[in-house]
Amino acid sequence: MLKKRIAASLVVKDGIVVQSIGFKKYLPVGKPDIAIDFLNQWGIDEIILTDISTSKNHCDPDFEMVKKAAKKCYVPLTVGGGIKKIEHIRQLMHCGADKISLNQSALFDDKIISEAAHVFGDQCVVVSIDGIYTVKGYKVYDYYNQKILDISPGELAKRVQGLGAGEILINSVDRDGSYFGYDIDLINSICDNVSVPVICCGGARNANDFIDVFKKTNVSAASAANFFHFTEHAVNITKSIIKKDIEVRLETFADYNDSSYSKDLRLNKKTDEVLENMLFVRIEKEVI
Amino acid sequence: MSLKHNIVIVDYGVGNTYSVSNAIKSLGYNKLIISDDEKVINNADILILPGVGAFEESINNLRDRNLDKILNEQVLVLKKPILGICVGMQLMATLSEENGIHMGLNWIEGTVKRLELSQEFAVPHVGWNNISVKQTEPLFIRTPVDANFYFDHSYYFDCEDKYVSAYCDYDIAVTAAVQKSNIFGVQFHPEKSQTNGLKLFRGFFNSI
Repeated sequence: MLKKRIAASLVVKDGIVVQSIGFKKYLPVGKPDIAIDFLNQWGIDEIILTDISTSKNHCDPDFEMVKKAAKKCYVPLTVGGGIKKIEHIRQLMHCGADKISLNQSALFDDKIISEAAHVFGDQCVVVSIDGIYTVKGYKVYDYYNQKILDISPGELAKRVQGLGAGEILINSVDRDGSYFGYDIDLINSICDNVSVPVICCGGARNANDFIDVFKKTNVSAASAANFFHFTEHAVNITKSIIKKDIEVRLETFADYNDSSYSKDLRLNKKTDEVLENMLFVRIEKEVI
Repeated sequence: MSLKHNIVIVDYGVGNTYSVSNAIKSLGYNKLIISDDEKVINNADILILPGVGAFEESINNLRDRNLDKILNEQVLVLKKPILGICVGMQLMATLSEENGIHMGLNWIEGTVKRLELSQEFAVPHVGWNNISVKQTEPLFIRTPVDANFYFDHSYYFDCEDKYVSAYCDYDIAVTAAVQKSNIFGVQFHPEKSQTNGLKLFRGFFNSI
């Protein structure tokens, strides 16, 4: 059975992973390669790396940064930011990207989507849409020009699917960095309009938000950024909780199957007796 | 366990070659080269045909670089072991129906067809799925039972059951791995399937 995916979004600004809040405020987190190394070890299902400085600085993708970041990434890596032509995609694939995500190009350049799908296959092309709530319903937000466009995310998703997009990544501008949970209505407005897999992003605070979005929408994957960065084993702990309700992949050695959690989903301390016994457990490094 | 094999990742322009190379190098195989050069390929002990691409573009790229003839010689005449990944496996088929009819390398008889599934199954088939293994040796000798692998494809290889070494359940029985003497292929991406994928590579290289 196909598992629901738990993805991590890394927002990169000038070579540094940042915590993004409302598409406006950015707090530094650390180097992309170190973040990826940890997420990979904690058993993340997929990593989406978006370089937001490329459009502001009018530059090409930062190939060296991607190459360095990809080195210890043994899960699928989607790279976005600054992709303006097919040659950029080709080069990114040679730097360790497995899929690419298009955002600005999806708004203003239909040709690159269809061309990318034709060359690399539709499964390689992710179109990322930023949605925002307005009095006239959900609209697409143009991050680069900081403008709200007169098209709904659902319509745009449908259009880019027709052009060859293989996956849709929907970000909620309102929920970005808010910890208020996923915007279920926004996500459903995408899922109802496309047949390709949908990844949602923006607002996750803990495992319950993942369970909620998987129960109430048809998304194939849910992504979080900020909350994975700040706790040890954040990914496998989260997955161990989700797994009680939703089929997810949990294959890390530390699977937290016998752990218990407090009301706000923090790990409870094990009893002194268990901890005492753990002192004498020898954990061999797995030989592959 | 020998780390001395000359492994060549065949570069035909559209594969995620660096990802594959990273994964294999992490296992200690340092005599690994990404190349489309005839001399380098002739010198290989093991070939990898990676893949992230559309079928037409991939097969045309192979032919433009004369790689189809070189690989035919290496694989069919010299019987060198080769592992195709994703579209790299699909290229081994007789033909593909992706964006029109295109002839493949015809190493394993079969057709690459679009996934036509019931409505609740999204296409492309993207994500981690467990496989049921029919033939353990050599690819799955080290992987755990019910292991998950990462899939990302809209087309699948429809071939005779005798060539299939693993299936994956996604509405239909999707061919997950094939083998025919020295020719091996997987639909999923072992280079992106964490430990399970590395174990598959190790099993494959150890068998040679």
